[in-house]
Formats: sequence, structure tokens, C-alpha cells
Amino acid sequence: MKATVLIRPKEGILDPQGEAVEGSLRKLGFAVAAARVGRLVDVELDTDDPVQARAELEKMAGDLLANPLIESFTIEFGPAA
Amino acid sequence: MSGAPQIAVVTFPGSNDDGDAMLALELLGAQAVRAWHADGALPHGTTGVVLPGGFSYGDYLRCGAIARFAPVMEAVRAFSASGGPVLGICNGFQILCEAGLLPGVLRLNRQQEFLCCDVTVTVESTASAFAGDWEVGQQLVIPIKHGEGNWYGGADLVASLEARGQIAFRYTEDVNGAVGRIAGVTNEAGNVLGLMPHPEHAVDELLGPTGGVRVLDGLIEAARAPSSVT
Repeated sequence: MKATVLIRPKEGILDPQGEAVEGSLRKLGFAVAAARVGRLVDVELDTDDPVQARAELEKMAGDLLANPLIESFTIEFGPAA
Repeated sequence: MSGAPQIAVVTFPGSNDDGDAMLALELLGAQAVRAWHADGALPHGTTGVVLPGGFSYGDYLRCGAIARFAPVMEAVRAFSASGGPVLGICNGFQILCEAGLLPGVLRLNRQQEFLCCDVTVTVESTASAFAGDWEVGQQLVIPIKHGEGNWYGGADLVASLEARGQIAFRYTEDVNGAVGRIAGVTNEAGNVLGLMPHPEHAVDELLGPTGGVRVLDGLIEAARAPSSVT
């Protein structure tokens, strides 16, 4: 089973990368109110059980992929799921 | 062993200030020994630990996020839990925060730039095992060199750190966007200290400022009266 963990800077947390991207987009003429930069991790799991997969992905995100002090995460399953 | 306390300097893949840390500790009278990230134990007789600067595991994911799971970190955790003094410098500070041994997290610098310069920090608290010879308000000039030194903690966390004297150092001016200009913090027990400036690069007049002596002496003195021996 394939899944993607999306990690974002929490709302209100300074995001220097997002600010730089936002500034560059404005310079290019795009009407951008805000931009935030996060990261994504594609994961291929051994299990095909969506409940078990979600539980494992949440543990992965909590233990390693995201730092809960400054980042939030969401889990998305691929079309096959 | 003679009077020199044995301080272990941990090398992770990508550490690059381990050698300087060992030289500085030896210069100041400690006996520096190497520890390896894959080791399950610290060298026998260790009474102090340094997690040095560098780019452990390429800073992949987040600085320190992967190093915190290195086998040696279990030994460091146990050593600190029994009261042994642990100093994290720059990447070592990031690792200790990710490991939950120190509060907060280090984010990308506000300027989005790698900063490399001498900074002045003020001693904010003497409530730690390292502070025997420190005075509140004392100013130390020590170099920084980091891209992710922008310490963050929420307002409640900062207030509790202030109340418990866990803020060891503040920059005298805004350097990297760190909340409260915080440059270094300790754990609640006061035996784990992390800071972004590099004291190991500031111990010899020939090379510039010597503000690092006070910091490393703090570790050496804490290691001399061991609360924990491996």
C-alpha cells in the first residue's frame, strides 16, 4: 500500500522558506497572498490494511517525520487505496 | 586516573567539530576520548559528554532528527538521566532537542542564510551544573556557524524555562530570529546544556575571542565531580 505523509509548518510558526518563495513569486508578478513550504514523504508499506497503515504512518510521523513543536502532518493514501 | 576528567566526544556520520572539541578540552585540562555513533555504550570511565557540531546524517529531514536514533544516544540518555553532564554544541544542540533531552527546536535562520561570525552572548542563569564559575550578566564572545539556529519554543515553554532558570545564554542582539534571542538552554535538572555558538572554537587567543573557555570549563568542572561514571 502506498501513502504520502505531508508535513507542514504549523500555523503561526515562522517559515523563512515560505517567505522567500512568497517574495519571489510576487517579484515574478504572481498575485500571492501567502506561501508556506513543507515537505512530503512517499511511503510504501507492506500492509494492505488501511487501518493498520494509518496507525503505522501516524507513529512514523510522530516519531521521526515531523516535529510536533513546529510541524503538523496529514496522511494521504494513493489511488490504489 | 589522575585529576583530568574523561570527557567523551561523540562522532556521528557528518560531525565535523569533534576534533576541535577534543583539542579544546585537552587544552583546558580534560582527557578527551572518542565515542562512535554506533556504539551502544560510552567509553569506560566517562564523566562528561560532548555532542559536537557538524551535519549529522547530512541534516536530512530535520537537523538532528536522524542522529537522535543512533545507538550511542541510548547511552547518552542513560548517562544524562543519572545526572552526568552533557554538552551539545550546534548540531549537538539540535540532536538533544530532537531527542527530547532539551526543550524547544532549532529552525531555519530567519534570514535563510548560513551565518558565520563572532557573536556576544550573555549568561542568563547560573542554575546548572555548568555554571560554577559563571556570573549572570557576564558577556562571552563566541563564534557561530549555522543555518538552523533559530531556537523556537512556545510562549508557555519560554515562561517556564525563564521561571526555572533554564535559559543559559541569550544573544545580545537578534542574530537568527531565535525566540527571546535564546542561544542556549539547559534541561530541568541542569545537567544537559545546548548552545548554538561554538565554545570549542573560542579557547585560544591566537585564533580570536576566548569566550568558549568559560563554557567548556563549566563542563570540565561538572565532569570533575562526577555524578555519573560509565
